[in-house]
Amino acid sequence: MPLPSYTLGVMEASAYAPEVFARGLPSSPRLRQQSEDTGEPINSVAGVASPLLSLQGIGLSFGGVVALADIDLSVLSGEIRAIIGPNGAGKSSLINVISGVYRPDRGHVRLDGISYAQVPTQRLAHLGVARTFQNLALFKGLSVLDNVASGLAYKVRSNFAGQVLGIGRSRGEQRDSRSRAEQILEFLDLSSVRDHLAGTLPYGLQKRVELARALVAEPRLLLLDEPMAGMTAGEKSEMAAFVRAARDRFATTVVLIEHDVGVVMGLSDRIAVLDYGRKIADATPDEVRNDQRVIDAYLGVASDNEDGAGI
Amino acid sequence: MTAISVDFASAPVLPKWLVPVLLLAVAYGVVPLIGSSYLFEAILLPFLALSLAGVGLNILTGYAGQVSLGSAAFMAAGAFAAYNFNLRVEGLPLIGSIFLAGIVAAAIGIVFGLPSLRLKGFYLAVSTLAAQFFVQWALTKFSWFSNNSASGVIDAPRLSISGFALDGAIGRYLFALTVVTVLTFLAHRLVSSQTGRNFIAIRDNETAARIIGIPVLKTKLLAFAISSFIIGVAGVIWAFAYLRTVEPDGFDLDRSFQILFIIIIGGLASIRGAFFGAALIVVFPLALSRLGVFLLGDLFDSGVLDMSQRIVLGALIILFLILEPDGLVALWDRVRRRLLFAWQST
Ligand SMILES: Nc1ncnc2c1ncn2[C@@H]1O[C@H](COP(=O)(O)OP(=O)(O)OP(=O)(O)O)[C@@H](O)[C@H]1O
Ligand SMILES: [Mg+2]
Repeated sequence: MPLPSYTLGVMEASAYAPEVFARGLPSSPRLRQQSEDTGEPINSVAGVASPLLSLQGIGLSFGGVVALADIDLSVLSGEIRAIIGPNGAGKSSLINVISGVYRPDRGHVRLDGISYAQVPTQRLAHLGVARTFQNLALFKGLSVLDNVASGLAYKVRSNFAGQVLGIGRSRGEQRDSRSRAEQILEFLDLSSVRDHLAGTLPYGLQKRVELARALVAEPRLLLLDEPMAGMTAGEKSEMAAFVRAARDRFATTVVLIEHDVGVVMGLSDRIAVLDYGRKIADATPDEVRNDQRVIDAYLGVASDNEDGAGI
Repeated sequence: MTAISVDFASAPVLPKWLVPVLLLAVAYGVVPLIGSSYLFEAILLPFLALSLAGVGLNILTGYAGQVSLGSAAFMAAGAFAAYNFNLRVEGLPLIGSIFLAGIVAAAIGIVFGLPSLRLKGFYLAVSTLAAQFFVQWALTKFSWFSNNSASGVIDAPRLSISGFALDGAIGRYLFALTVVTVLTFLAHRLVSSQTGRNFIAIRDNETAARIIGIPVLKTKLLAFAISSFIIGVAGVIWAFAYLRTVEPDGFDLDRSFQILFIIIIGGLASIRGAFFGAALIVVFPLALSRLGVFLLGDLFDSGVLDMSQRIVLGALIILFLILEPDGLVALWDRVRRRLLFAWQST
């Protein structure tokens, strides 16, 4: 990506991020618009949208606990795909399956045309997939900048001897990863904390650093497990704006787990609803909002859904 | 474009290289002129060898997060390998023997690092004990390693570099100082390189490290290799420059624990920490025995000294773990900040 347009994008995104979010909020299901105006459904080949990611018949259990049962899911290129559901519904398990942390008992993960029984975690970054974790998974002993730069570690080809002696391709790599990390920090408005140890930052900022670490590789598929958990309303809308801006800037496809239904409705193109490991709904925000089974599932655990955002 | 907030705007910032360079200037320029042979033989030589071992272990345990109780085994491997290279390879310069000894220690380190691919924490520590017992057993069992010497205790070769003898106390000190300086500098470069950051990433969150594409298995074995190389060279210095004998007994489990204590007391994941910790470990028993004799006179014999040493050292380690888990280095940095601050506000 040429630098000038990138820098422009950065300024756009950080300056107008709140507005981007505001425009997103009054439930504008992008997907429906796309199919209505027959314009360009993203990634369509001869009129048929080919999914970047699809899950087929995924089943996973831990001992007697069924975490996922016969899950099918397709994620189109460029969309923001939300997964919601009560606690223990299997959302994180699903992301763990997609990223290869868990091996499903049944089913396949199809990524970019290749089918996997277990996605190779070690090659995930090379496949263009990045993720964040529900519980913070930063490298506490590294600075914010180094955390983010480590998101490019998969590309490093110099060896330790070259790095120690500062010879060969190591210097160029080091310069390159630093400057890209710095650009992402600026994009996410984190430049002022770049030299702080990641572990010393407040929770909300750590979540954002984790997003930066995932984004620096400019992944095609970004998996976000509750990126806004534990944030104030203000922080949440900021984060939502960043997620949207990241999608727009890097043409990244996003799979998003989030409990705050208000945020999800405004941000996502399509929503899959899990309950006890089963998918009970999969539709646009408006349709999900009025789905009786979804309402039942949430009413059943009303106390867990303190965020209040009513369906 | 971005406003950079500087937290310590008031604290004067010294360039980072200043303190090490000053210390080196004193170590090379002043100490050899004024030091007594007691200072070299009893304090500085063991201090340098143990510091270097601490630097090596810190790379593995402090930075890469892999606990090891096998340090003394790698020291022994280094010492015996250097002895045998020196003995059996005609015309190999001393530096060559030492380098190859490091390579041998690194290879053994990789073998005993293999369990780290499956084991973590306590279980890994126990499995590194295997290295400790195996190496010591092999060195005692096969007399080839000690050139079939009856006692198993052999004289180390005299130190010399291109015909220039270094076997006086000062010569051995300068030799050890140079080796330690070079390896410490390289270790410092390593921990601030991408590889060093990969070590820390694996230590702090292995799953996340794997997800972002850090080659976890390779990186762990690399940590074992580099760490063992440095510890192996520390073993050579211990045997060749400090003790001037090579024997398996000095490299027992106690030594492994001693090096672990050095990095815990000095500060994990800190190159400086190894030097702080080693200084304390070396000076502490000497100070304790002086104090004991001063207070108790003849009652304070070597048995009492040994016991009181263990008790006080144990207490010290517990205190550090509770009160200052970041070690002497953190303590020192705090004191220094206070002092600088106080000095500024006068
Ligand atoms: N590693 C594991 N070992 C055992 N059980 C697990 C494991 N991971 C998930 N589970 C179980 O699988 C079920 C689904 O868990 P999961 O974490 O996927 O839910 P979730 O939808 O992410 O919930 P939350 O909203 O609380 O994050 C739960 O019953 C959980 O206890
Ligand atoms: Mg979860």
